[in-house]
Amino acid sequence: MSPTPITRRDFLKLAGAATALATGACTAPPDEIVPYVRPRAIADGIAQFYATAMTMQGRALGVLVQSDMGRPTKVEGNPAHPSSLGATDVFAQASILELWDPARSRTLRHRGTPATREALVAEWRSALAGLEARGGEGLRILTGYVGSATLRAQLDGLARTYPAMQRHEWEPLHRDNSLEGARLAFGRRVDCAYRFDAADVVVAVDADPLGEGPGWVRHARDFASRRAPQSMSRLYAVESFPSITGDMADHRVALAPAALERWLAALDAALRGEASTPLPLVEAAAHDLLAHRGRSLVVAGEGLPPAAHALVHRINARLGAPGATVSYLPAVSDVACAESVAALSRDMRAGRVQALLILGGNPAYDAPADVEFGAALARVPLSVHVSLYEDETSAACAWHVPRAHYLEEWSDATAHEGTVSIVQPLVAPLHGGVSIHEAVAMLGDDAASPRDGVMRALHLEGAAWHTALRDGVVASTAPAPLALTVRDVAFDPADVADGWTVVFRPDAAVHGGEFAPNAWLQELPRPESKLVWDNAAYVSATSAARLGAKSGDLVEVARGARRVVAPLWILPGHADDAVSLPLGYGRERAGPVGSHIGFDAYPLRDGGFAWSAPCSVRKAGGAHALVTTQLHTRMEGREPAKHMTLAEALSAHSAAHAERPVESLYPDWPYDSYRWAMAIDLNACIGCNACTIACQSENNIPTVGKEEAGRGRSMHWIRVDRYDDGPTPLHQPVPCMQCEDAPCEAVCPVGATVHDSEGINVQIYNRCVGTRFCSNNCPYKVRRFNFFHYSAGLGERPVEGSNPQVTTRMRGVMEKCNYCLQRITRARLQADKEGRRIAEGEVVTACQAACPTRAISFGDLSDPASAVAQVKRSPRGYTLLEELNTRPRTTYLARVSNPNPQAANE
Amino acid sequence: MNSQVLRGRWGYASVTDKISDLVLRRPTHWLWALGFGIAGTLTLVLLGGMVWLFAVGVGIWGVNIPVAWGFAIVNFVWWIGIGHAGTFISAFLLLLRQKWRNSINRFAEAMTLFAAGIAGLWPVLHLGRPWFFYWLVPYPDVMDVWPQWRSPLVWDFFAISTYLTVSLLFWYVGLIPDLATLRDRAHGAWRRMVYGFFALGWRGEARHWARFESAYLLLAGLAAPLVISVHSIVSLDFAIGNTPGYHSTIFPPYFVAGALFCGFAMVLVIAIPMRRFLGLEDFITIRHLDNAAKILLATGLLVAYGYAMEVFTAFYSGDKYEIAIALDRMKGFYAPVYWTLLFLNVVVPQVLWWRRARRSVATLFVIGILVNIGMWLERFMIVESSLAHDFLPSAWRPFIPTGWDWAMLAGSVGLFALLFLAFVRVLPALSIFEMRELVEEEKEEAR
Amino acid sequence: MAQAFSARALLFTKLAALAIAGLLVAGAVTAYEHFDGPYRVGDAPPQPIAFSHKHHVGDDGIDCRFCHASVETSSFAGIPATQVCMTCHSQLFTDAPMLEPLRQSAARDEPLHWTRVHRLPDFAYFDHSIHVRKGVACIECHGRVDRMPLMRREAPLTMQWCLDCHRDPTPHLRDPSRVFDMTPSAAVRVATGVPHEALASRRRLTDCSTCHR
Repeated sequence: MSPTPITRRDFLKLAGAATALATGACTAPPDEIVPYVRPRAIADGIAQFYATAMTMQGRALGVLVQSDMGRPTKVEGNPAHPSSLGATDVFAQASILELWDPARSRTLRHRGTPATREALVAEWRSALAGLEARGGEGLRILTGYVGSATLRAQLDGLARTYPAMQRHEWEPLHRDNSLEGARLAFGRRVDCAYRFDAADVVVAVDADPLGEGPGWVRHARDFASRRAPQSMSRLYAVESFPSITGDMADHRVALAPAALERWLAALDAALRGEASTPLPLVEAAAHDLLAHRGRSLVVAGEGLPPAAHALVHRINARLGAPGATVSYLPAVSDVACAESVAALSRDMRAGRVQALLILGGNPAYDAPADVEFGAALARVPLSVHVSLYEDETSAACAWHVPRAHYLEEWSDATAHEGTVSIVQPLVAPLHGGVSIHEAVAMLGDDAASPRDGVMRALHLEGAAWHTALRDGVVASTAPAPLALTVRDVAFDPADVADGWTVVFRPDAAVHGGEFAPNAWLQELPRPESKLVWDNAAYVSATSAARLGAKSGDLVEVARGARRVVAPLWILPGHADDAVSLPLGYGRERAGPVGSHIGFDAYPLRDGGFAWSAPCSVRKAGGAHALVTTQLHTRMEGREPAKHMTLAEALSAHSAAHAERPVESLYPDWPYDSYRWAMAIDLNACIGCNACTIACQSENNIPTVGKEEAGRGRSMHWIRVDRYDDGPTPLHQPVPCMQCEDAPCEAVCPVGATVHDSEGINVQIYNRCVGTRFCSNNCPYKVRRFNFFHYSAGLGERPVEGSNPQVTTRMRGVMEKCNYCLQRITRARLQADKEGRRIAEGEVVTACQAACPTRAISFGDLSDPASAVAQVKRSPRGYTLLEELNTRPRTTYLARVSNPNPQAANE
Repeated sequence: MNSQVLRGRWGYASVTDKISDLVLRRPTHWLWALGFGIAGTLTLVLLGGMVWLFAVGVGIWGVNIPVAWGFAIVNFVWWIGIGHAGTFISAFLLLLRQKWRNSINRFAEAMTLFAAGIAGLWPVLHLGRPWFFYWLVPYPDVMDVWPQWRSPLVWDFFAISTYLTVSLLFWYVGLIPDLATLRDRAHGAWRRMVYGFFALGWRGEARHWARFESAYLLLAGLAAPLVISVHSIVSLDFAIGNTPGYHSTIFPPYFVAGALFCGFAMVLVIAIPMRRFLGLEDFITIRHLDNAAKILLATGLLVAYGYAMEVFTAFYSGDKYEIAIALDRMKGFYAPVYWTLLFLNVVVPQVLWWRRARRSVATLFVIGILVNIGMWLERFMIVESSLAHDFLPSAWRPFIPTGWDWAMLAGSVGLFALLFLAFVRVLPALSIFEMRELVEEEKEEAR
Repeated sequence: MAQAFSARALLFTKLAALAIAGLLVAGAVTAYEHFDGPYRVGDAPPQPIAFSHKHHVGDDGIDCRFCHASVETSSFAGIPATQVCMTCHSQLFTDAPMLEPLRQSAARDEPLHWTRVHRLPDFAYFDHSIHVRKGVACIECHGRVDRMPLMRREAPLTMQWCLDCHRDPTPHLRDPSRVFDMTPSAAVRVATGVPHEALASRRRLTDCSTCHR
């Protein structure tokens, strides 16, 4: 609920009564203080941070979670964790909303009706007793990739008791191709850990290492560290869908999947000095790679077939990449997901499965279409599904067990390069869920407490355990890089058939579909299209013209009998003859937020064609209202986002950007203490949206829903603009500029937006009457208005889960970025109490903390030595709409690209 | 030419009878009842809209970011504009001794009052938290904070409230002698009590008349500058802003001209049916309509000049944002609005160069309506198109009105009609005593 | 013809007009009276246990920090946990009927529910620790709690009242080591001299962003 002056003023209550009734606003909290019974060590009102880790596809991102009075409120990256180095991705940020989501499953159910844990255990035990004789034959366990040593130990334990038990693994976004490719090349399945900081030249073939998959946060950090003009790397991207990696590339070619394979083959030929090829960029890339032996790298995307991955391993070996720019570590899994889930489904249909335990995941929704998992599930007498939500699979199983959120459980996890970290609970399960480990223990009659289980599995105790617990990582557990010899594998690329190819992609926000119930992610503008609350069939302008369809028109994508109707979206930079379908939408049971929106692309996807397949596309007639947060993606010659080539960047000198005297009718503000300022490096920004959602979490920013977003009422305090008409796609995060001569301040009739003594343009919610003049007068349009009482809307955090240091805004007031005032205040008070100045780096804004590439620097401008002051002196520095003389505190650094002179003509 | 209005056909008694009977004797006409019914219904729509607005928020309108100002502001400026002609006619023409004004000033002032009142409503409805509108008023409160005086909205508050107060006083003072007349002629104690209460014990002594005349003149002197000031200050709400399309020094005169333009258009729209239904053809003569039409033409030309200058300065300044918005108005999302308003406000009034048009009641009525629509569109064009297309292309987004936007606009027109229809029933639509003066003076002229 | 108003009617009308004016003024005044919160300054709301600061602070001389432990470190001064009360009351007044709720709380492991006396709106962020550190004594806002049998609010806690001090803090400051001292600031300052504690600038102290965010 939003605090409002009304609660304080009885006679004004009358005036606001209607509001109160209709919106449930302004209900005063009970005038009570409820102390503890037993005193606590930690004083209330002081935030604590605990290290834990979030696992996706068996690989973990280390995080530090803020706890206010025992309530998890914010996720930060763990600087000590190799996959994070202090940064986070959108999923980690959004996981706090997932934890508090009221739509999460709360009840253990048997065929839909509430049941007791005892009943489940009893039925399970009796079923297993029956199977015991045959060594547990007919007992199956389905998991995702297992990154937890604890779970591995538990499952091995079960396997000892029931030797005939079978384990299966399924991940909708599995890595079958790359792991199989590794097996072809090295004779064993291995994962790759890339070192982009060591790579001068990178060629990404249909790969998005900077925007997706295990370790991408670290990849992005490493990559960005090599983009400073002084020691700038060069990135070639060849892909069908304009990914983040493609946007960051110095050279990019868009090719349909089949053509990609030819391109790779041609590159290999060129590297071996064989016949030249007409395909673009091959020669240049090849020369560049060879010229930088030992400092170059080729990355293959999951979409490429195993043989292509094997070929890439061979190429990297020839380039001397292993040990330098790529290292190999034991695979996350030795199971081929597609085969595994297919086998399980076969056995289920054949009645060979008596008891099935599904630990997480949602196979009934995302298993390959040809497997028909859901149908097969009906043939299993005893099926148990442990999951956060009552989803499609829960509905198809006999039993559903509410699962504990990762912030509610003890476990362990493995980083993308193998380092082990501990998962510790921040809060007792809010809805009485059980962790996967507890579920297995419960059914397997294992008495040990989950915490002891983790300690046992990691062989940790005493001081070592406590250190690991505090740091969030277990020291020196990263496996030594494997030394492998590559074998020759024949690779003949699929011949380019004419006609359409469908490409399946993880959605940038709901991923494989597991995040569909998350309103923050639903409303997060997709990096490439700025679409929200929907997925779309992405095609190039040319292909759209061939279909005679425009954005929003419905098209039918068909593979034989199976067909999907989807709204079309024209995406600049998309390959011709290909249509990209983001997965994870069209959920039936994803709570009130995520159900029945978008279209489900899984029905077109089967084991054999996991990532792309030939298909037919035709106009289906009709249209669907897609909502984008940015209607206009051309710069119209105004150059809000500036770009320069490496040559220009190196020749440019600071003098050009020296602070010149500015004429103003207003006297300058006197500053006697700090002068907070921010600089955003467009050359580092990859447009991943981590800042946007981190800000949302830190500042209690509500979501508004699809319809409101379509009206242009999104509330994000820092939006990432995208422009397509530059020499390269440009991403530009736009928070409040904190102008020295702020147009908003002059026009507010009640002085609700004012300049404070540290130069921050603060918005005083409780004074705002909502004339909205400030927003009109803001040239950057960074102000957000509560047109309705959004903070009480669907899919919001309950008040316990929101940041207690930030006022929740009621309807009718303006809000905007204030440089995380609460964080500055926290630091100021601390410093003040200790009688010192705030130290450099003591204040880190939410967006800055989350940014994987450190594109955002923030600090005190009055200290010339501060990081932000130095960054602002860069010759690439510039001010957005400088001609308006608003003198912003937030400034930008121009994007630089490093094209290969040899490829200039291509 | 014959400068006479009444052409000697009327004497003191008959004038008084005629006008006071409109209030005291005339039975309710079914057309009046019908109009009153429709107006009442529309008013209920407005009230319903207001309840819903206060209940859930301004989100029921089409306003968005970047276009944070919607119909509320458009309607505000439009109504304030309409609320100009009355005081202009009464004050200016009184000071300029334009006797013919006597027969139209009373209802024109009423029109002003109602329009300005309705206009004053919109800024409050516009607020995100309307129940805090009084924070724009400087008063000592427990928060120890004051309004922010650099904001034109604060000036606006004073401009409008002053204008309303003075207009009200001016109108009321002018009414006193007539109220006395009604008091003396009314049957039934209640009516006499009510009229008597407001007549403030007027007995028509020479002393009363002397003081009345000077007070009336003083108020006229006070009201005249306000006519200019109020819309100049309203225009600053935009001119002060830095939005391309707002940020222009021509706005104050441009807005005042526009205000008089649609104000006089509204005078015609009201006078024509009124003289017809109340049989006032002898008081509101063709000559009045002719004069009003001339003023309409003149102010129309000023407004046209304003449009021309806006475009000229945009290109002359060389400011890429101003040029962009000028072109966007001509070719962009709102181009139809732009060209329609140019036709209605610039082309249509040119008909008035012809004497026959000026003296054709039907033509004047139609032109009056068209000009009012045109001026509403002008305000829409200024408020919305500028915001929809400002500095950062990434922020561009058009404003699309919702059903509530339209409903509440219609409702405000209904409220205006309701008030006016009530007015002609309870108060003399023409100034009795001033008509008597007219009779006297025309006798003089006749001799 | 007859007058619309008789002399008496006229009188009544005038009186009525006056009365209306009077009522308006009266209404405004009462509204202003109720400006600050449900309880008026000086009211002592009922509490589950009639806890007497007078007894504990005045008579027993227990330091504020014994119960309000986090006042120096946190924004929130802290309300003693049941067990803190029990440190003494497991020995003293163990069968006093007045303390029954306390014993119940301890026995049932259920917290006590005190009634709030000092409450700021949620958009005003007050921090005890910084005020205490800067030498603003408890009594400056809470008054002579050592003389309050039942806790009551001494200050209006309006923004105006906060600003009075933020605009001119000096008269309200004392040596930080004596903030928990119940003697009035004037006396203490004479004793210890005005503190030389560096304050934030006057502008900082009156920034909106100092208390609102």
